Amino acid sequence: MSDETKVRRIVPIGPYHPLQEEPEFFKLVVEGETVVDLEINLGYNHRGHEFISPELTYDQVPFLVERICGICSNSHPLAAVLAIEDCAGIKPPPRANFIRTIIHELERIHSHLLWVGLAGHFIGYNTVWMWAWRYREHILQVFEMITGNRNHYAANKPGGVRWDIKPEHVPEIRAALDLVEKKTMMLTKAVLDDPVIRARLEGVGILTKEQAIAWSVVGPTARASGVDIDVRRDDPHCAYDQVPWNVIVLSEGDVFAKAKVRLLEIFESIKIIRGCLDKLPDGPIDMRIDEIPSGEGIGRTEAPRGEVFHYIRSDGTNRPIRHKIRAPSYMNIASNVVAVRGGSIADAALTLAAVDPCYCCTERMAAFEDGMLKYTGKDLLRLSWEKTEKIRERLK
Amino acid sequence: MKDLRLWGLKKSPWVYHVAAASCNNCDIEILELLTPRYDVERFGVVLVGSPRHADALLVTGVINRKSLPRVLEVYEQTPKPCLVIAIGTCACNNHIFRNSYNAVGPYDKHIPVHAYIPGCPPKPEAMILGIVKALSKL
Repeated sequence: MSDETKVRRIVPIGPYHPLQEEPEFFKLVVEGETVVDLEINLGYNHRGHEFISPELTYDQVPFLVERICGICSNSHPLAAVLAIEDCAGIKPPPRANFIRTIIHELERIHSHLLWVGLAGHFIGYNTVWMWAWRYREHILQVFEMITGNRNHYAANKPGGVRWDIKPEHVPEIRAALDLVEKKTMMLTKAVLDDPVIRARLEGVGILTKEQAIAWSVVGPTARASGVDIDVRRDDPHCAYDQVPWNVIVLSEGDVFAKAKVRLLEIFESIKIIRGCLDKLPDGPIDMRIDEIPSGEGIGRTEAPRGEVFHYIRSDGTNRPIRHKIRAPSYMNIASNVVAVRGGSIADAALTLAAVDPCYCCTERMAAFEDGMLKYTGKDLLRLSWEKTEKIRERLK
Repeated sequence: MKDLRLWGLKKSPWVYHVAAASCNNCDIEILELLTPRYDVERFGVVLVGSPRHADALLVTGVINRKSLPRVLEVYEQTPKPCLVIAIGTCACNNHIFRNSYNAVGPYDKHIPVHAYIPGCPPKPEAMILGIVKALSKL
């Protein structure tokens, strides 16, 4: 039997799997019950945003990047308009900044609640799933009230925001926040005190601080491993430097810490929104932009999953000539390779989900032949080496 | 025999969710249908884990070149007759991605589609209405 456990077997997960919302493909290499390696195969969600973006005008670009991801559908447009504004060298009016902050934090609340629910579902606690998603509904209702859509709020535009928060909305937002705060407190206590949940989550899928830095993880994944980074504090934009709030950092690095960071961040988000509603200045919500000069600009913002980075290069026309996007899950998913290694296969699904992966954000390239992936990572490396060799030959 | 099959399909449709290069939003809204506010399970609509158990496919997203063979395979595995319900503007007509090099959709180019529910994303109420309409046409 000892030989039997030494045999390496491959457990495929996906692309269409009841566990996953999105199509993606994992190969778990297992020895007996222990996971020894992981191969990640993406590309099922690649739609070519960076290619379509230069065909659109600056006013249309936020609509496109909004559709990168349905959950962080404010972070991408916000980063894109920050990049455009950086390029044009303008600052939006203060009221627009506050509204952007409010919508961004409301999105973080609904995204974290969504993750907590899914994590509960993964460990067999469907009650947690139903609870979390029920309280998330109140946030979606607030979105529908302010912006007219439950998701894809279309709030940002270069130079300001499209939707104003009307005075009659403010008490309703506050009421929804009070409700969500109370319910999340109850949920947090229930989740963090449950002995079974603790036993399932503690010590599982550990990503140490060194590994977190080596794999360049961002967002709650990094903060749960003791890396103190948050773009909202490190590179203040919108109204984040005008309201009091804290960055939650834990040091354990396991799935429990990741869950705790997200649950505690919900309260910080509520604090930020309350602060913004208190200080909400009067004035215009957008400004006129006559031209975007040639040049380049970057926009960084903290999505619920980590740092989103957008780069826009302009040639003075009304369209960008290059739009580069880096989504947080790109780094976080890669760190799964170390987090899942050495764990039990029963914990693999949870560990893979613990970084809150968003594959539709991540998909940046795909190479095919007859519908099958043509190049793996090794093949790409080989191609790259061959190209270097060729250039060396030419330059000799 | 055909009548019997249709009768079986109408009463309690089990649905399987196919996401092909979607932005996650329609998918989350489909899951939203199962959670307490909308709770479609009271109508007998259950999300199942395998296309072989499904009466209806809820399809979302533009299909890309890598996911197309998988989508066709899922459709092959679904017992016929089955309903295909395209959810979201992407699934209906490719939406903002019509110029993308990687989008080979929409779905009705590749598999028969019985109901289109446009919206980005459609509201859960619209999805329920679409499923009910598709069922009542059987």
